[in-house]
Amino acid sequence: MSQVKKITTPLTDDVVKELRAGDRVLLSGYVYTARDAAHKRMLEEYEKTGKLPFDIRGQVIYYVGPTPPKPGQVIGSAGPTTAYRMDKYTPKLLELGLKGTIGKGWRGPEVKEALQKYRGVYFAAYGGTAALLSKHIKSSEIIAYEDLGPEAIRKLYFEDFPVVVANDIYGGDIFEEGQKKYRKIEIDP
Amino acid sequence: MREIHVSQIIDKVKQMVMDAEYNLPEDFVSALETAKNFEESPIGREIIETILENAAVASTERVAYCQDTGYPVFFVEIGQDVHITGGNIKDAINEAVRQATKEGYLRASLAFDPVFERKNTGDNTPALIYFDFVPGDRIKIKFAAKGGGSENQSKQVMLRPADGLEGVKKFVLKTIANAGPNACPPFTVGVGIGGTFDYSAVLAKKALFRPIGHRHPDPKIAMLEEELLQLANQLGVGPLGFGGTTTAVDVKIEVAPVHIASLPVAVNIQCHANRHSEIEI
Repeated sequence: MSQVKKITTPLTDDVVKELRAGDRVLLSGYVYTARDAAHKRMLEEYEKTGKLPFDIRGQVIYYVGPTPPKPGQVIGSAGPTTAYRMDKYTPKLLELGLKGTIGKGWRGPEVKEALQKYRGVYFAAYGGTAALLSKHIKSSEIIAYEDLGPEAIRKLYFEDFPVVVANDIYGGDIFEEGQKKYRKIEIDP
Repeated sequence: MREIHVSQIIDKVKQMVMDAEYNLPEDFVSALETAKNFEESPIGREIIETILENAAVASTERVAYCQDTGYPVFFVEIGQDVHITGGNIKDAINEAVRQATKEGYLRASLAFDPVFERKNTGDNTPALIYFDFVPGDRIKIKFAAKGGGSENQSKQVMLRPADGLEGVKKFVLKTIANAGPNACPPFTVGVGIGGTFDYSAVLAKKALFRPIGHRHPDPKIAMLEEELLQLANQLGVGPLGFGGTTTAVDVKIEVAPVHIASLPVAVNIQCHANRHSEIEI
C-alpha cells in the first residue's frame, strides 16, 4: 500500500490518472449520495428530459443511505452500500461526466470497462464502519427526491474521508489483486 | 397461567433492538480481537482495527454500528403457560420496532412491495417473526438485524443425496468465496442442512445465534464446522475482501431430518455488523 493522497472534489482527468488501485486517499469537498432508487429515477428522468438533478461533470457519487441524525449530528451513521447494484446505471453516468463513485465490494466488467473508457475511478470505503465514517462528513443537505427517505439525493461535504482506490483507469482491481495473494485453495466456479 | 402485558413486551423489545444496533455481541468482538493477531495481511489487520474502533464509537455514542440497520427478524418462543394481555404479541413486536426506529435513529430499510413501487414503509416494519410454542411460562425472544449486503450474498441449493458431504462443503465454500468483498467480511457463516427448501434457510439463520466458538453437540457436525472454518480462511477473501486470512470467524451448522429424495443446504452469510441478541420475559 502506498502513501495517503489527499484529493479534493471535483475531480479532473489529471487527478484521476494519478490514482492506482490500492492507493489510500483522503477525500475532501462536495460529493453527492445516490443508491438504488435514486439511480433508477435519475436515469429514467434523464431518458425523458435529458437532464439530471445535479450537474455530475467531475463529481463523485457516494452510494449511501444514512441513518437519521441524532440531535447535534450532521448526519447519522453513513457507511457505503454494495456498489455492484448500481452497475446497470454507472456506465451511462460516467459517459455523462461522472468521475468517481464510492461504495463497497467489487464492480462488474461493464463498469470496469467504462472507468477506463471515460477515465473514472471507483473508491472503496470500509463497509460497515458507518459510525466512524460519518465523522468525516461535515454537512448534509437533501437536494432531490426527498420522498425516497434514506435514498434521497444528498449533497455532503467531506473532510478527509478515507477511501481506497479499488478500480482505476488502467484496469487495476484491488480486490482481485489482494485476494490472489492470500488464496490457498481454489473453488471451481 | 402467567400473565404478561404487551406493554412489557414493547418496552423490552424496543430496548433490545436499540442495544443490538449500537453494540456488537461480546463474543464476536473478542473473536475479532483474536483474529487481528493472526491476520497475515497488513491492510487486513488495519481493517479489523477499524472495525473494532467503529464498534467502540457506536457503543459509546449510542449510534447505529452500520447505516443498514437491517431487516428486523425475530424468533419468539412462547411458553404455553403464558397469557398475553392488553393486545397481541405480533402487534407489540412491530410497535417496539417502530419506536426503536424513531427513538433510536435507525434507518427505515424496508419497502412495501418488492418489484413495483418499492415505496419505503417508513418505520422498518413489518418485522419478520417466527413463532414457536414451548413448555413453561416464559417468553424467549431472539432478534437479528439482517443487513441487505450480506442477505444478498446468502444462498440455498437443493443438492442430490448423492452429492453428500463433499457437495455440501463445496457449496458452502463457494458461497463464502463469492460473498466477499460485497457482504463485508469477516463473516460468521450460518449453515442449515436438511429440512425442506424453506426450513434449511431458517436453520441457517437460527444457527447464527449460537455463540462464537461454541460447537454443535454432535461431534460429526462440530468437526464439519471446524473444517469449513479452516477452509474458509484459506479462500483469501480476507477482511472486507481486500485479501487476507480472516474471511470468517466461525461457521455454525444446524441440521434437521430430511426427505429421502432431498439434500437442502442454505448458507446465511453474516457480515461483521453481527447484530444478534436474546431476552427472556
